[in-house]
Amino acid sequence: MTKRNCLVAGVVLALSLVAYEWAPTSPMVVNAAGALLINGAGATFPYPIYAKWFDEYHKSHPDIQINYQSIGSGGGIRQLLAGTVDFGASDGPMTDEQLGQAKVKILHFPTVLGADVPTYNLPGISQELKFTPEALAGIFLGTVKKWNASELVSANPGVKLPDNDIVVVHRSDGSGTTYVWTDYLSKISEAWKTKVGKATAVSWPVGLGGKGNEGVAGLVQQTPYSLGYIELIYAVQNKMAYGQVRNSSGAFVKASVASVTAAAADAAKTMPDDFRVSITNPPGKSAYPISSFTWLLIPSTISDSDKRTAITGVLKWMLTDGQKMTEALSYAPLPPEVVKKETQAIAQIH
Amino acid sequence: MAETVALLEPQTEEDFRPAFLDRLRNGDEVAHLVTLIFAAAILVIAALLVTELFGSSAEARHKFGWHFFFTSKWDPVAGQFGALPFIYGTVVTSAVALLISVPLGVGAAIFLSELAPPRISDSLTFIIELLAAVPSVIYGVLAMFALVPLLRDPIQPFLNRTLGFLPIFQGPSYGVGFLAAGVILAIMVVPFVISISRESLLAVPNEQREAALAVGATRWESTWQVVVPYARLGIIGSVFLALARALGETMAVTMVIGNTPQIVKSLFATGYTIPAVIANEFTEATEDLHLSALVELGLVLFLLTIIINGFARLMVLATTRRGTTHP
Repeated sequence: MTKRNCLVAGVVLALSLVAYEWAPTSPMVVNAAGALLINGAGATFPYPIYAKWFDEYHKSHPDIQINYQSIGSGGGIRQLLAGTVDFGASDGPMTDEQLGQAKVKILHFPTVLGADVPTYNLPGISQELKFTPEALAGIFLGTVKKWNASELVSANPGVKLPDNDIVVVHRSDGSGTTYVWTDYLSKISEAWKTKVGKATAVSWPVGLGGKGNEGVAGLVQQTPYSLGYIELIYAVQNKMAYGQVRNSSGAFVKASVASVTAAAADAAKTMPDDFRVSITNPPGKSAYPISSFTWLLIPSTISDSDKRTAITGVLKWMLTDGQKMTEALSYAPLPPEVVKKETQAIAQIH
Repeated sequence: MAETVALLEPQTEEDFRPAFLDRLRNGDEVAHLVTLIFAAAILVIAALLVTELFGSSAEARHKFGWHFFFTSKWDPVAGQFGALPFIYGTVVTSAVALLISVPLGVGAAIFLSELAPPRISDSLTFIIELLAAVPSVIYGVLAMFALVPLLRDPIQPFLNRTLGFLPIFQGPSYGVGFLAAGVILAIMVVPFVISISRESLLAVPNEQREAALAVGATRWESTWQVVVPYARLGIIGSVFLALARALGETMAVTMVIGNTPQIVKSLFATGYTIPAVIANEFTEATEDLHLSALVELGLVLFLLTIIINGFARLMVLATTRRGTTHP
């Protein structure tokens, strides 16, 4: 008898579980501690600073908790369009086509700046290399094949470059880092623009693919005579050597927080109202040419007034107090002009 | 679900068959239905998987049709997608993995079950089974920092010098590529081959061995001509499992294959596999067509697994018909 009871109880339990699953559930907006929960998803590149910001903000505002999933820019845009998150984040601005798919108008808010740097493995060479735009485009197109090609030798007088093939390393996963790199190459090389173009993942003419910054860095460190590109933050944190790049004014500039902010300074003056702007290859003597904003994507209409207040509050905090935390993590802070313009744009959220 | 609900209220059913009630009391019917539901759930999951993959890949299927299988251009910017280099990479790396792991694994299993003293056999088996539980990213790191430098120099240059007349051992040696991926996959799947083959060899009745020895066979003749053929099905089963793992392995492969969608004869060249490209590009696929093409690749992998497994099953059927009792 007890055996039967057990079985019946088991079936009842199974059924009640099924019933529980089927019961309509309301989306969780308030967590166990009673704080308002805001969900965001998107870019992986700014994740370290976002994690820091949202954690700090929760400490000073215990009633608001922001949950950010770094699932990639593509996923962030997709989830925002599907309405499953309160805000998205992307390393590349949304295209007009994507904006057209949105049910409500979506606003772009630049948060910080990042940069890509060329890193290399040249056994026996200790000097810091200098790269011209022509050399970088040629190497990634496969037309500059050897380390002692004239494009590299002329920019690096006094460096004894070897007669070895350049092993090109690029990102294999779709990434904002690749978007910025290919956006730069498209601007400085007509051949790159027509043959390859810019995107988070492209059809590479040459080279090996590594997954993530760590994959590219690993392949470069492992493969003699290789050259790849990685994020500035990754290079700084892992103390990797990286080269200088010649900017549009003809000066060789090494990527740093200062030179990246300088790259945004010019864009700040001509910033379009929707903030969708590429700052690769900018004018300015001290500007590092391969850098970019990263954006938060926020719907202009937020029906839940609590959430609206919370999101605009976080945005204002990120643009003021938040900017002071960026340099510790090697992100470049926004130029003051951009902050001013964004503060005005927050009023568009209603 | 409906049947189960009915079962809970047998008392209200006036014309309930007593036999059924009896069996219900004893739990037979309930157990039967519950296990049936569990079994059906597997089919439902598989069906849902196919429907979902089929539905979500609609855009790419309509745009490329059957060309998807036979073209090799993968260009997210131009919206051109072809699966051939990925199919090629998946098949080649899995084949290399099996070529290395099956002789190695079966040989080790024969030693462990037939020749080694039980104490050594048990402790070695324990260690081998531990290997099967190591996460694949660990194998990937191991491959990247230990295997790849070894392959770049001296192994691949050595293969090139000695067997360089074969097209599969030609070309520049980066270290990463089909060979690196195949070798690390072999290391990852060999515990499965050893563990399951050993179990099936141990399951061979001792009478078989004794009979072989009684008619004058040596120890090796008895093992190779009687015990191994008897355990053949189990050994083939272990190879299937190894193959399934090799086809679907993502992380370790993407770390060492070089991630270049190309079809090159040389094993030294870099390539790409289906799971690797899905893992790499899925998160940042902003265009619908790109995402749809990635989902279709998932469907292709599903088909590839079915075809290879089906082919392998046919092979088993063909060999089993020849009888299990021949010398």
